[in-house]
Amino acid sequence: MDNARSFLRAGAFALAAASASLLPLATQAAEPLKIGFSMALTGGLAGAGKAALIGMEIWRDDVNKKGGLLGRKVEFVYYDDATQPANVPGLYTKLLEVDKVDLLVSAYGTNLIAPALPIVMRKKMVLPSLFGLAANEQFKYDRYFQIMPAGPSPLTDWSKGFFELAMAQNPKPKTVAIVAADAEFALNAAAGARTNAQKAGLKIVYDKTYPPPTTDFSPIVRAIQATNPDIVFVGSYPPDSVGMVKAANEVGLKAKLFGGGMVGLQFASIQKNLGPLLNGIVNYDFWVPEPTLDFPGVKEFLGKYQEAAKGKGVDPYGHYLPPFAYAYLQVLGQSVEATKGIDQGKLAAHMRKSTFDTVVGKVKFGKNGEWAKTRVLQVQFRDVQKDNLEQFAGPGKRVVLYPKEWKSGDLVYPYKQ
Amino acid sequence: MKSAAFWGVLAAILAGGLALTAVLENEYYYNALYLILQATLMAVAWNILGGFTGYVNFGSAAFFAMGAYTTVALNKALGLPLPLLILAGGAVGGLVGFGLGYLTLRLKGVYFAIATLAMAIVIETFISNWTYVGGARGAYMLTPDQHLWFNSYIQMLFMVMLLLTLAAVAISRMLSSSRLGRGLAAIRDDEVAAESAGVPTLRLKLVSTTVMGAMMGVAGAPFPYFVTFVDPVSAFNLFIAVNAIAMPMIGGTGHWIGPVIGALLVGSMQEIVKVTVSSELNVLIVGVMLVVFITLAPQGIVGLVRKHWQRRKS
Amino acid sequence: MFSADLLANAVVAGILLGGFYAAVAIGLAIVFGQLDIVNIAHPAFIIVGAYIAYILNSRFGFDPVLVGLLAAPAFFVVGALIYRVYFLAFERTGQESLSGLAFFFGVMFIIEVVLILIYGVDYRLVQADYIGQSWRIGFVDFPFRMLVPFAVATALTAVIYTFMSHTFMGRAIQAVAQDRLALQLMGADPVRIKQWAFGLGIATAAIAGSLLIVIGPVEPSVGRLYIGRAFAIVVLGGMGSISGMFIAALILGIVESMVSTFAGPSWSPAVAFGLLALTLALRPAGLFGRR
Repeated sequence: MDNARSFLRAGAFALAAASASLLPLATQAAEPLKIGFSMALTGGLAGAGKAALIGMEIWRDDVNKKGGLLGRKVEFVYYDDATQPANVPGLYTKLLEVDKVDLLVSAYGTNLIAPALPIVMRKKMVLPSLFGLAANEQFKYDRYFQIMPAGPSPLTDWSKGFFELAMAQNPKPKTVAIVAADAEFALNAAAGARTNAQKAGLKIVYDKTYPPPTTDFSPIVRAIQATNPDIVFVGSYPPDSVGMVKAANEVGLKAKLFGGGMVGLQFASIQKNLGPLLNGIVNYDFWVPEPTLDFPGVKEFLGKYQEAAKGKGVDPYGHYLPPFAYAYLQVLGQSVEATKGIDQGKLAAHMRKSTFDTVVGKVKFGKNGEWAKTRVLQVQFRDVQKDNLEQFAGPGKRVVLYPKEWKSGDLVYPYKQ
Repeated sequence: MKSAAFWGVLAAILAGGLALTAVLENEYYYNALYLILQATLMAVAWNILGGFTGYVNFGSAAFFAMGAYTTVALNKALGLPLPLLILAGGAVGGLVGFGLGYLTLRLKGVYFAIATLAMAIVIETFISNWTYVGGARGAYMLTPDQHLWFNSYIQMLFMVMLLLTLAAVAISRMLSSSRLGRGLAAIRDDEVAAESAGVPTLRLKLVSTTVMGAMMGVAGAPFPYFVTFVDPVSAFNLFIAVNAIAMPMIGGTGHWIGPVIGALLVGSMQEIVKVTVSSELNVLIVGVMLVVFITLAPQGIVGLVRKHWQRRKS
Repeated sequence: MFSADLLANAVVAGILLGGFYAAVAIGLAIVFGQLDIVNIAHPAFIIVGAYIAYILNSRFGFDPVLVGLLAAPAFFVVGALIYRVYFLAFERTGQESLSGLAFFFGVMFIIEVVLILIYGVDYRLVQADYIGQSWRIGFVDFPFRMLVPFAVATALTAVIYTFMSHTFMGRAIQAVAQDRLALQLMGADPVRIKQWAFGLGIATAAIAGSLLIVIGPVEPSVGRLYIGRAFAIVVLGGMGSISGMFIAALILGIVESMVSTFAGPSWSPAVAFGLLALTLALRPAGLFGRR
């Protein structure tokens, strides 16, 4: 009886294999296609890393439901890098030398992408990359493709919109304060803001950094207030973004435009907690549920993500990172299908010249592997109610002001009276 | 262990390492071995102060980072080759260690431990604000193309680290079995008594803090080439300090071989766990192992083995 | 950009911040200062307190500080149990200093990971009516988010100070650190007293945790950021002196706030810990040393 059943099962497999081999180039149907990466599943970036992994697994399941890539089932081989850069070289070497993965994608975050690059470069592998700010600037690797829509010159493009919006106001602002956390992303964002401010002819009246373990931000906000700036640009990480917004409110910051590069205001739990304090703040974002950004597939993806995210202690809506984690695999998958193989040279050539349709819209890479055109959104918080998580699921709360192409509303200026 | 046998074993390990680079090409293993050796070197260094004299250093990561940042700075300024950078890293680490030694003049026990913690934070703040070496943004380090006769750069780094670690073990053994070592042990047991018995305690403490600092600086010097991107968060990592304390404790602090055993055991386990057990359990295992070992075998593995032998003898 | 209102505000903000630091450090002032137990996991217990406040606040809308006060007795019991283990494993065998340190390192990691396993690594926050509001007297601001922790911490310090100096158990705890023999002559069991003191120290962590999450968002590993500060305050305050600890906490808060306002916040940790290193080098017994 058992034998008969397993015989039947074998027959079904053979049938499946045969039908798969009808597809072109699917001769190795049995062998799964392995995609390797490391991801921050513990440590400082784990919140984002875990959310990204959920997005990536949705892509894998979607692809496998359609029969995989090249007729091969897609499998992930991944390790936890614990948000420790020192772990990354070893893990990527293991992926390549021991696990012999077919394709690679990057970890999340600049500090964890950069250590993998020398190894990836030596093996000449294509590296779709997830949210590294200017990580390729030093290496200038031509098979590196960044899914974060920072733009061709990531450092200045980041805050370009923020300053363009400011300079379009009447009367024109004259002074700016720049404050940033003493860590990689925030300092880079502040450096870009400095360049943009100088270009716009603004006078920088305050330019300081603070250490990430800062408990009370009111002395900083007060020192900023004392210089009486028209604009305040902040480069900060989640806990400091919260502290900064609360302090700005308590001190009664009188700037006309406030925000710019605050990480954390994109996450639902923090949005819910800050509530009405957010109103008027203009901050960067990459995707928000505004009608102008309703790309094909993104709602469906978010539905799956929100289902999968339940009870995992990650962001419940997943607007910020997960769609991009899905998209960077889409880019890779579409390239594999288009070049009908995993030849790294051909894949890279395809990625350089093609435009990809993804859940985050059309993606086209420029020369340095960044997006050919920046799509750092500047969004303004509007009509945010107290203690209400659901409000952030739909449109109207984060209005897109910039770039023009995706605009869904106008800037309310000044920020607060 | 007899001296001849000891040197024989060291030579054999070195030769074994060289032979390994000739037969095994898979770079992953060298990556893993490098990290294990780095941890061993740090553990041996920590033990020279912590194990031999009983002064607890919380700020190991600062010495390590001093080595790493010496490399970043000198490489940027002068483009020095790796051996010189390692020497420089050792010199800077040793100098800071020497300064720390003077602190032991006034600070005993926990006060000293807290002072090392404070020192680490002050140094980290300075590095974070020193833009020449990248400040808090971090600095990139491109892997050089040359790697002597080795198949890859990481193979060479592995051999360098192996050589450094063996040298550190030899120094540590020399220190512990010499007159100096007995002096250090006297400090650990009762500093006041040692002082009055004519042991030059300050000089001995200065020697051990300097040697410790130099070894940690040496351990950190090749690190930028290993990770290719250094920022204060990764160079001053808490895990470096924790491992430097935990490994000797698990191996046994009383004997020079203790930290080596502890580091090899815990280090290899960490490397294996990293690629087999996913996510949080990794950190949990280290924590649980530390607590279990410390509570059940306070003398470490060396202590357990000793007890076993004594029982068999009697 | 020096002005009177900036100065006044910097001092006030520093005092409020310092009050919170006192709540973080007071448990250590008992455990480390009086009993010489290097409980490096103390901030991790504070994070546990913060999570309990978060859970009950987000589920049932309880006031976080109230939750902290209610959780304190449970923390007391846990603390007493941990001291039992510590005593059996280390103090009895005379291994306490080095092994005890490593033991608490391990405990810290276990607490962090267990929290991550259960609640993930997302930042957690609480809701309360007073968060976000502010009092204004003249040109000086008193944000409630800092004022409430300051008030609670001051009350906590006063209660513990009174307890230490006016009750039998409090005096016994102080005696245990200074003269064991005298204590035994009095007929008190030092282990039981230490168990009490350790429990008390951990109980304060429940309250400090609830204050921490009132001030800002919390995730399982933020406790590490307070290890250095908390120990610094205890040492500066002269090991075990409750009043000295409180003054040291205020000094640290004011120094950090002044540096943040006038010199640039990126130097504030160096100034704070530089102050500690200097104190240790010149006056190892702390600013208000008992020895």
